[in-house]
Amino acid sequence: MPEKRIVLENCGVIDPSDINTYLSRDGFKALEKARKHMTPQQVINEVKRSGLRGRGGAGFPTGLKWELCTKSPEKERFVICNADEGEVGTFKDRYIIQNDPFGIIEGIALAGYAIGASKGYIYLRAEYHYLRDLLENAIEQAKTKGFLGEKNNESFGIEVREGAGAYVCGEETALMESIEGKRGEARYRPPFPPEHGLWQKPTSINNVETLANIPHIIFRGAEWFSQIGTQQSKGTKVFSVSGDVEKPGIYELPMGTPLRELVEELAQAKDLKAAQVGGASGRLIPEEKLDTPLAFETVLGAGAVIVFSKGRNIIQVVRRNIEFFAEESCGKCVPCREGTQVMSDILRRFSLGQGTKEDLTILEELSNAMMLASLCGLGQAAPNSVSDSLLYFRSEYDT
Amino acid sequence: MSDENLSLELEKLCIHYKRHDDLLSFIKKVHEKCGYLSPENIKNVASLWNVSVGEIYGLTTFYVFLSTKPLGQNVVRVCRSTPCYLENCDMVIETIEKKFNIRPGGVTEDGKFSLQLVSCIGACDQAPAMLINDELYGNLTPGKIETILKGL
Repeated sequence: MPEKRIVLENCGVIDPSDINTYLSRDGFKALEKARKHMTPQQVINEVKRSGLRGRGGAGFPTGLKWELCTKSPEKERFVICNADEGEVGTFKDRYIIQNDPFGIIEGIALAGYAIGASKGYIYLRAEYHYLRDLLENAIEQAKTKGFLGEKNNESFGIEVREGAGAYVCGEETALMESIEGKRGEARYRPPFPPEHGLWQKPTSINNVETLANIPHIIFRGAEWFSQIGTQQSKGTKVFSVSGDVEKPGIYELPMGTPLRELVEELAQAKDLKAAQVGGASGRLIPEEKLDTPLAFETVLGAGAVIVFSKGRNIIQVVRRNIEFFAEESCGKCVPCREGTQVMSDILRRFSLGQGTKEDLTILEELSNAMMLASLCGLGQAAPNSVSDSLLYFRSEYDT
Repeated sequence: MSDENLSLELEKLCIHYKRHDDLLSFIKKVHEKCGYLSPENIKNVASLWNVSVGEIYGLTTFYVFLSTKPLGQNVVRVCRSTPCYLENCDMVIETIEKKFNIRPGGVTEDGKFSLQLVSCIGACDQAPAMLINDELYGNLTPGKIETILKGL
């Protein structure tokens, strides 16, 4: 399957600092269509029928999330655009913001209209501070044109909030804690954000790429969108490819495209040993499984693909992953806080050739315990590459 | 800036941020003005916001872009996550360590530079990469690092 540009359609074509170039490519037509000719429920239904699922990695159906927000009797509601792209190996949201900030703004405004939100927030990671002016400028221009703010009786506004350096704040409840001015520690769920979100109000929190899909779905219709992709994963996915490839970068492909096509044909990997799909918390796919289709029902995450060539030591790679989690664990729950530390110690021993059989048993037991008992996705997914390396590259752990 | 002027200025700033219910941005602003959050500043912020000192301290120590110790005028943040590791981020760290004679977490004697090791900064297509203050620098080589640091 060749590349297919939906989310990236305007990237490199429009001038991200000039709204007129976005307008000339049917920009904000979807928002106008929704506000003039569709009820909020119709917008939700359209998104539900499209089959769009969250692009931040979890894959929750977007339309359903919106609908859950509207079930609450609480009238003050919020939309949050999650631009805290912290997953290792992911840079697609950076690329989308840099090249088409207006598409995101239109998506947020549509989400706001659908759930009846009074306000939208963009939570931008501190590492992307250099994108802030671009975003603020785009919001300002959208206001001037009457798509946001007070004109046209339109009260929905968007505010940019910035993080301060914490991977876990990409987790939805930790992110909301951070906006509220607290340590970004994940909350116990339920209740879920559509019921009790930001400041305990119903909140829809969606990834940058998810929101960037919305204008296209509303403008061209759910039927068009749902014809692209697989049974359970509709549309395209924007992939961030890095590591041992000739052409690292951003690629947008229909859901279901084989991993091989992305890494070998497009990014031009040579002598590939494995690829990790979904970032540090993603799955390790060995060369023999490279024909795996990229979709929610198989392997996807937020679309980070890190490629390792034959010369790479898998234990070193996995160790680096786990050190990352040990550093970024918020410390609230024991399985994650202690588990990542113990794993990190064991992997250090293995990389020095000092690991024991007992260490291997502990690694396996710990992986299971953390997946089962951690409070949020960080700890639950942290052991993924450890258990995959034990499955596919066990000989490298030879004791 | 004298202590008195500073606390007056913080008070003024605080009103703006309180209206937006935006404590974290306020703390970042104080951090930006003072270079770090001293015990005094933590107390100031806590009293302006009417929360406990412990809460502000807890918040400050949670986020890696906030510091309770003085930082250099320029903060160099080198990414050491997997994609940058594959492209030899250790070379970047060593080059800067040698050039400034500091270790990660340290500040140069003249107070001009801090070196920090950070998690993925989302520049994996340009690995190895680093941030200096808010600027992104990618595809680093020893020569390129030298030129960048000279230009600061």
